[in-house]
Order: sequence, then structure tokens, then C-alpha cells
Amino acid sequence: MNERDDFNERLKQARQRQGLEKGADKAGGEGSNALPGGALQIGMRAGVEVVSALIAGAGLGWLLDRWLGSFPWLFMVFFVVGGVAGVMNVYRLFNPRTGARK
Amino acid sequence: MAAEGKTIDALSQFELTHAFGPIGAAVNFTQSNAHMLVASVVIVLVMIMGMAPRAVVPGRFQALAETFYEFVENLVIGQVGHEGKRYFPFVFALFMFVLFGNVLGLFPYAFTYTSHIAVTFGLAFLVFLVTTIVALALHGKKFFGYFFPEGAPLWLAPIIVPVEVVSYLSRPISLSVRLFANMVAGHVLLKVFATFVVLLGGLGIVGPLLAVLPLSVNVLLVGFELLVAFLQAYVFAILTSIYLHDAVHLH
Repeated sequence: MNERDDFNERLKQARQRQGLEKGADKAGGEGSNALPGGALQIGMRAGVEVVSALIAGAGLGWLLDRWLGSFPWLFMVFFVVGGVAGVMNVYRLFNPRTGARK
Repeated sequence: MAAEGKTIDALSQFELTHAFGPIGAAVNFTQSNAHMLVASVVIVLVMIMGMAPRAVVPGRFQALAETFYEFVENLVIGQVGHEGKRYFPFVFALFMFVLFGNVLGLFPYAFTYTSHIAVTFGLAFLVFLVTTIVALALHGKKFFGYFFPEGAPLWLAPIIVPVEVVSYLSRPISLSVRLFANMVAGHVLLKVFATFVVLLGGLGIVGPLLAVLPLSVNVLLVGFELLVAFLQAYVFAILTSIYLHDAVHLH
């Protein structure tokens, strides 16, 4: 048991020297939990968010139309709604909802 | 010219074929399923072999297993908080399955099952179902308040609610398309440059010299694809945790 405590102690000291200890990381800020950065990655994410919201909106409108038999109308409305949702998704990407994470 | 009749066929690598001969054909068991099976077995073996020694100073396999475990545990607890611990097995299983699918697909002759939208959408839809059920179980009817942020004027409800609903429904689509598109794009690029090597190599005396260029590009691309394989598994896991965070806390 004693041996193990000693090992943990030395491991902690070594990690602190290398800046790997949790405490040091927390002080560094929120960065460790954020999504990976890089312009290409962010651009890729934003593009996917817009397109997927458009698909979801258009698909939902099309399904509702097929159910209610009102073909182009709800499809057109939800296409616009999908576009708005896409823009909102991108906005959320940079400004997450209120009530900060944690 | 040797290049005549040869075209760049970058998409045939994603075609499904039957594995295990006539038995596989009878039950429609494809090479994609076979690779899923291989990935699952490798994951289980790595975890069992890693956990068996239980040494204070970990050996290679134990260090590998512990790294995976701690990486995902930090991710889940960092995003969801301490009540997120009970969702750790779910996120861990998803992360390992996606990671091993991506990495196994980089081996020669291997098939990347994460390059099929059916597979990635299946996983993403599972995430969508789990997060929605968790939110409904924890918050009941209050979950529907998620679609109308507090403090917004009531007359805006007809606009905000559909937009929020569509935004919520777009989550599994963006989750699956991101993984699928990244894997397909990477493998198509690899294949295109590999075909350049073959086509240029047949161009007489200067051919092999020119073929060195696409070959060196491919060497770089394999390294880049390894990065993408890890990154996409990480993104899949972290987005799952973010959605779980939203489900548990419901701002």
C-alpha cells in the first residue's frame, strides 16, 4: 500500500512538471473541451449544419405534404424554415445556448 | 498507350460484396458486416487483454485500454457533468466502434463500414433516439419547452417552434453526414492518387519518375486520413455528449 502511495505521489509530481495535471488544465480555460479548431474544420462543420438543416426541413415539409395532400405549399414553407434553422445552427456553433456548459 | 481503356474508378471500393462464400450470400452477409464483426472482436480483445494484468505500472495493452477509457471518460464528464457517468458506456461503445471502423478501413484490402450513410445514419439515429428518450424520461412534458426558449415573445412562437423542431431533427443528419462524407472523401482521394501512380507508371521511361509525385502525395494522405479517422470518432463522441448534456440539463 505504502509503495503504491509513493508511486502516485511521484506520478503526480511528474505530471505537474509536464503540465499534465488536471488543476493546471482547468486554469488554462475551457479550451480542452471545445471542438477541434482550425478554419477548415469549422467551415466543414458550418456547411454540414446548413445542409442537414435544409434536408431536415425540406424532408419534414415533404412528408407533411404527402400526409395532408397539399403538395408544394408546406414543402416550400418548411424549405425556408430549414434554411432559417441552418443559419441558427451555425449561430449556435459559435454562441452556444444560454446557461453555460458545465 | 497503355492508359487507354483505363479510367479512374474511385467509387467501386464502396460496393458491397458477399463475404464467407455461399453461406454469406444466402443470408446477405456482406464484407461490411464482416468488418463490423472484426472491429467488435478487436475492441473486446483489446479491452480484455488490457484489463487482465491490473498492474500498477501498466504494460502496453493496459496503457492502451486505460488511455481509451480515460479519454472518453474525461470527454463525457467534461461535457455532461458528473451525472453523465451513467451514459459513459453508451458513448464509449460508439466511440470505439466508429474509431475502429475508421482505422481498420485504412488497411489495404479492408472495407470502411463508416463510409456508408446507412451505417452512420443508423448510429446517429440511435444517438437521437437515446437523447430524446433520456430527455423525456428525466423531464417529462417540460422537454417540449426546449423548443421555445424562455423569455421570447409569445407571438413569435409560430416562427420559433418550427425552426427549433427542424434544428433538432437535423442533428442526426448532420452527425451522420459529417462522418460519412469525411470517410468517403478521404478514400476517394487515396484511390484517385493511387490510380495516378499506376497510369503514370505505364508512360514509358519517364513514367516511373513522374509516378513518384502522386505516390508521395498518397503517403502524406494516409497520414492525414489517420488523423481524420481519430478526429471524426472524437467529433462523433463529443457531439453525442453535447446532445446528452442538452437532454440532461435542458437549458
